[in-house]
Amino acid sequence: MSTAVTDSIALPAGVHLPIYMDNHATSPMDPRVLEAMLPFFTAKFGNAASRNHSFGWEAEQAVEAAREQIAKLIGATAKEIIFTSGATESNNLAIKGIAEMYRERGNHIITQVTEHKAVLDTCKRLEKYGYRVTYLPVKADGLIDIEDLKRAMDDKTILVTIMAANNEIGVIQPLAEIGKLCHQRNIIFHTDGVQAIGKIPIDVQAMNIDVLSLTAHKLYGPKGAGALYVRRRNPRVQIAAQMDGGGHERGMRSGTLNVPGIVGLGKACEIAGQEMAAETERLTRLRDKLKTKLENVLDYVHVNGSMEHRLPGNLNMSFVYVEGESLLMGINDIAVSSGSACTSATLEPSYVLKALGLGDDVAHSSIRFGLGRFNSEAEVDYVADKVIDVVQKLRELSPLYEMVKEGIDITKIEWQAH
Amino acid sequence: MAYSEKVIDHYNNPRNVGQMDKSSTEVGTGLVGAPECGDVMRLQIKVNPETQVIEEAKFKTFGCGSAIASSSLATEWVKGKTVEEALTIKNTDIVKELALPPVKIHCSVLAEDAIRAAIGDWKKKNGVAETAAHASAVAAN
Repeated sequence: MSTAVTDSIALPAGVHLPIYMDNHATSPMDPRVLEAMLPFFTAKFGNAASRNHSFGWEAEQAVEAAREQIAKLIGATAKEIIFTSGATESNNLAIKGIAEMYRERGNHIITQVTEHKAVLDTCKRLEKYGYRVTYLPVKADGLIDIEDLKRAMDDKTILVTIMAANNEIGVIQPLAEIGKLCHQRNIIFHTDGVQAIGKIPIDVQAMNIDVLSLTAHKLYGPKGAGALYVRRRNPRVQIAAQMDGGGHERGMRSGTLNVPGIVGLGKACEIAGQEMAAETERLTRLRDKLKTKLENVLDYVHVNGSMEHRLPGNLNMSFVYVEGESLLMGINDIAVSSGSACTSATLEPSYVLKALGLGDDVAHSSIRFGLGRFNSEAEVDYVADKVIDVVQKLRELSPLYEMVKEGIDITKIEWQAH
Repeated sequence: MAYSEKVIDHYNNPRNVGQMDKSSTEVGTGLVGAPECGDVMRLQIKVNPETQVIEEAKFKTFGCGSAIASSSLATEWVKGKTVEEALTIKNTDIVKELALPPVKIHCSVLAEDAIRAAIGDWKKKNGVAETAAHASAVAAN
């Protein structure tokens, strides 16, 4: 019997390797977006802040059209959209800008443990400056407990920042409930909408969202173009600028606007709004097919996070008794991510998976599949077959799998941590 | 992570995968690492009681590609050596042979530990005194 790990699995017609299935990291640009952007690199190169000539007017017009497109997708008005370089900047600007502006009202911020580092590390920095931060835990399904949030709020709470959907497990937080609670208590609600925007319906009015971060490259737009929605009415939210300069973007974010990027972001939002319903249906079907195929053949697999409250294109699964990086090595013609320590710079397994209460061993075994607009059903079939093949081969190599199959309780073994 | 060709070769074609009878007096078993740390190696040796030559070696590893390659290589290297010769294999030799990057050095350390643990187990079964080298390796853990 051959023990070779990477035997070839038949490649279905129309499938080209490598396959990209890591759309939570970034997404390929939609050709329609690129087409909309191209004129703004060359012929229409004006500075949107140039008020005295047609080059400037042309650029400004394009920027304002993009503002409308973004606003429409989230139920906002164009004036409430501030352009940034991306979601890390948007999150920093929102959290630091609100903390600074509302310092006299209070110094307490509430967030939760599975946020992106752009939120967590921003909060950590504010703690150094005398702010108090509550990091809410999540339940085993990845959702926060609304009762925990209620209990954490006090008369010094100025901001609640809870992401819309998680980047690793795709779990969608109860935004409307959080927003309602915040508005009852006169607390500003910011959400990192990076993974959710364009994937699920988000309405800042219905959900009482005051501030929202988003970026173009997660929704088939260009990298380096992001935005921040800042509510202007009921209540009007103010944000202290974090960069000094020409006072662009209503004084909240100085810097010459990235016109081609903004045009791309606008177009990406427009397409997402038009195609969301059909795309959700298609991606949900493909994602569920992938899950079913894997679960039907392999034992000891489990899905990390809620299946019910989840982005259509996300599947995060642990293949227990197989280490994630070795699995990635075996499926090296497929681009996905792992929560394994070995794939991270810090050699720590995913803090998101650990927050669900999963043991390090399960976190080490996790793979994140991120399906997107350009994945086909044939690709999903190939990925499922390939993963099954490699997991089975690596389990032949796994002393843990062998012991479990022999009925040994490996949790009773005294392992030597190293 | 870019892997060396040798790591990829061991990963694709792991040598000496399997298990031997743990209860046999000729067999020494080393089980090192921990699931929480992301790697567990089991290395077994079968020793000729007359010559003390390691005639057979088997492994199974849960871990990254470098961990699999390190243990696969370790089984190749111990085969044909006497127990005392096998104890001279150093993790740095494995690092060199597989061109492991700094973040993967712990995989080679684990493979060296596995060799020592297997030999230690065999010695214990056969009433052979622990060597100084082995005792110090255990202390280093």
